[in-house]
Amino acid sequence: MNETIAKEHLSEEQIDQDLLKNVNWGGKFKLWMGFLTVSLIICLYYYYQQLQNGLGVTGLHDYVSWGIYISNFVFFVATSLIGMLVSSVLGMMKVDWVRPVSRIAELVAVAFAMVAGLIIITDMGRPDRLLNVFIHGRVQSPIVWDIAVVVTYVAISALLLYIPMLPDIALCRDKLNNVPKWQQKMYQRLSLGWNNTAKQFRLMNRYTRMLLILIIPIALSIHTVTSWLFAMTLRSGWDSPIFGPYFVSGAFVAGCAAVIIAMYFFRSNYKLKDYITSDHFDRMGKLLVLVALVYVYFNINEIIVPGYKANTADAKHVHEMLYGHDSVMFWLVQLGGLVIPFLLILFRPMRKPLPLTIIAVIILAGAWFKRVLIVVPTQLAPYYPIQNVPEAWSGYSPTTPEIAITIASFILVLMIITVLAKLFPVVPIWEVKEEMNHNNNK
Amino acid sequence: MNMANKNDKSRRRFLQKLGIAGASTVAGSALLLQGCSDSNQASGNKVKVLTADNKLVEVDVAHLKPGDKIQDLSYLQKRGREGIPGKKFVMVVDLAKCKNARKCMKACQSAHQLKPEMHHLNVLEMEDPVKKTSYWMPKTCQHCDNPPCVSVCPVDATFKRQDGIVLIDNERCIGCRFCVAACPYSARTFNWTEPKNSDKMADVTYDMELNVPQKKGTVTKCAFSADQLRYGKLPYCVSACPNGVYYFGDQNEDLVTNGTTKKTVRLSHLLEENAAYTLMPELGTKPSVYYLPPRESEG
Repeated sequence: MNETIAKEHLSEEQIDQDLLKNVNWGGKFKLWMGFLTVSLIICLYYYYQQLQNGLGVTGLHDYVSWGIYISNFVFFVATSLIGMLVSSVLGMMKVDWVRPVSRIAELVAVAFAMVAGLIIITDMGRPDRLLNVFIHGRVQSPIVWDIAVVVTYVAISALLLYIPMLPDIALCRDKLNNVPKWQQKMYQRLSLGWNNTAKQFRLMNRYTRMLLILIIPIALSIHTVTSWLFAMTLRSGWDSPIFGPYFVSGAFVAGCAAVIIAMYFFRSNYKLKDYITSDHFDRMGKLLVLVALVYVYFNINEIIVPGYKANTADAKHVHEMLYGHDSVMFWLVQLGGLVIPFLLILFRPMRKPLPLTIIAVIILAGAWFKRVLIVVPTQLAPYYPIQNVPEAWSGYSPTTPEIAITIASFILVLMIITVLAKLFPVVPIWEVKEEMNHNNNK
Repeated sequence: MNMANKNDKSRRRFLQKLGIAGASTVAGSALLLQGCSDSNQASGNKVKVLTADNKLVEVDVAHLKPGDKIQDLSYLQKRGREGIPGKKFVMVVDLAKCKNARKCMKACQSAHQLKPEMHHLNVLEMEDPVKKTSYWMPKTCQHCDNPPCVSVCPVDATFKRQDGIVLIDNERCIGCRFCVAACPYSARTFNWTEPKNSDKMADVTYDMELNVPQKKGTVTKCAFSADQLRYGKLPYCVSACPNGVYYFGDQNEDLVTNGTTKKTVRLSHLLEENAAYTLMPELGTKPSVYYLPPRESEG
């Protein structure tokens, strides 16, 4: 008996009503969107400044030429990977409890992956020449691989969000009569004439399965290739053959945390306590422990192996991390943002919705700073000394425009998730019904 | 090896594309000749001139005018990509002679329109971990035969020419700075803000062999003064040095010339007799810059 499904007492009408309730343009939504829009405009002003005056408005310089933009890009790609883990890996293993939260995972995946592409553009010195990548692209550059896989991942994730949603879109089309005309028309178009025939379900399931299989190698490659942007160079601290799996395992930690936060938000705002139950949080907490353990294992490898050696450049880099220049941030991130949180989640009460969400926020913040630790310190320890340049170039601190532009990327993610969650039900209605009927017939 | 082959292929493909640009070059050379015959009064004093398409023509001295070709971007771009056939440029830096005069840095920064904090060439104070002494080390782009910066460039903006020089085309650079991250020698620098003298340079046609005018949002780097080499001159830094630190020349001829004394010596002898080395050979980048070790007897 599956604990996560406490819906035996719910009628189909009740389910429709509960889960379609969030599809509206209420005052709360308008207020929230208004707030996001105003914040975004403020941040975009800083981007305008950057376009006018060049990347010099950032704290970047010749030695740390990749800063929080690139760290943020890595973080976004990482977070988006969770869609693959939850809906694809667990979905194909027939892990039933993920079904009500799989759409939330896909929403997170699509939003973060889409914005990741934009972040890369903010880091470019000449965004006006973006098309050069397509005109003059060279296959041997990892950037070209990265662009190819990120675009593919966004496309497949969007399809993976859309195709299993067809029955629900049809439901919106049939049941929601009081929404604006354009919205009704949109449901009409997007539902592709869906009318719940067995053949349609067969087709949908087949395509979904194809996409679920396809997304695994693509998701793995987007983050592996992202890690190669660093690992393919000769810099100590980056030049590591385990960077691919190291990044992928870290990605699941960040993604799990993001999904837990989104689950909590939807559950309390859309009153979905019967559908996203505390048992879901319990299980997501356990999943988070699992992926965090794998990540800790990779961290140990990444630090102890070079750190053990006497005087190589890699060892120097590790020593800077452990007790040198970057040690405060390092220990805060590793202990405060990873080890302590996951040890806490081992205890059942910590896996209740609210405590787990708070821990997830800490883990997500830690994951962000972890990316900065991967990107920045390596550049501050080049093979040849930093001399004859301004004093500030032996360190790196991001400027206001840089921080504002980074915040803009988070605002965009929130906007995308908010709008999508207002257009479509966030919990797959037909899957909940199917599961309920299945359980009742047992 | 494989990577190098791919490099070659894509370069060839690129050069094919440039064949179209080549047509415009012919038009450009016609312009040059036209420029020569514009004036009417002949002095009777004739000289032989070699055109870009290798034709020897005789012109009156009075008719010689600088051609428009030199202001023709597509001609300069093609020339910059192709390089100088038959050459393989190398530099030898004699650390024993460097006294940190920094004339090389000054010459470099003024030729390439660089701000004071931007270095194509940086004279570093290096510690000798064994002797506990320090020495001065001028560090340019190493013009690697296996350049990591070129491999990672997504748009072929930075490339290696047949004469061994690694250049950057700032008309194409998208400013991703992957090359900056990939270069283990920290040889590259970026135009973070509006470059020096950008208003004065606005009308100057871009010459990638000099990489001037500099452009905001693009990477810039040491070019071995490819613009000077084209006219048989030594690089800016090499001829500016007062202490005889730099030798420069062609590995194919096995000859290098000292920029201060103008003495030409055999490259292989110079390297062998002085226990020359390259920077971080273990990385497999195969630099074109050789260093002669610092000596205790400071000359």
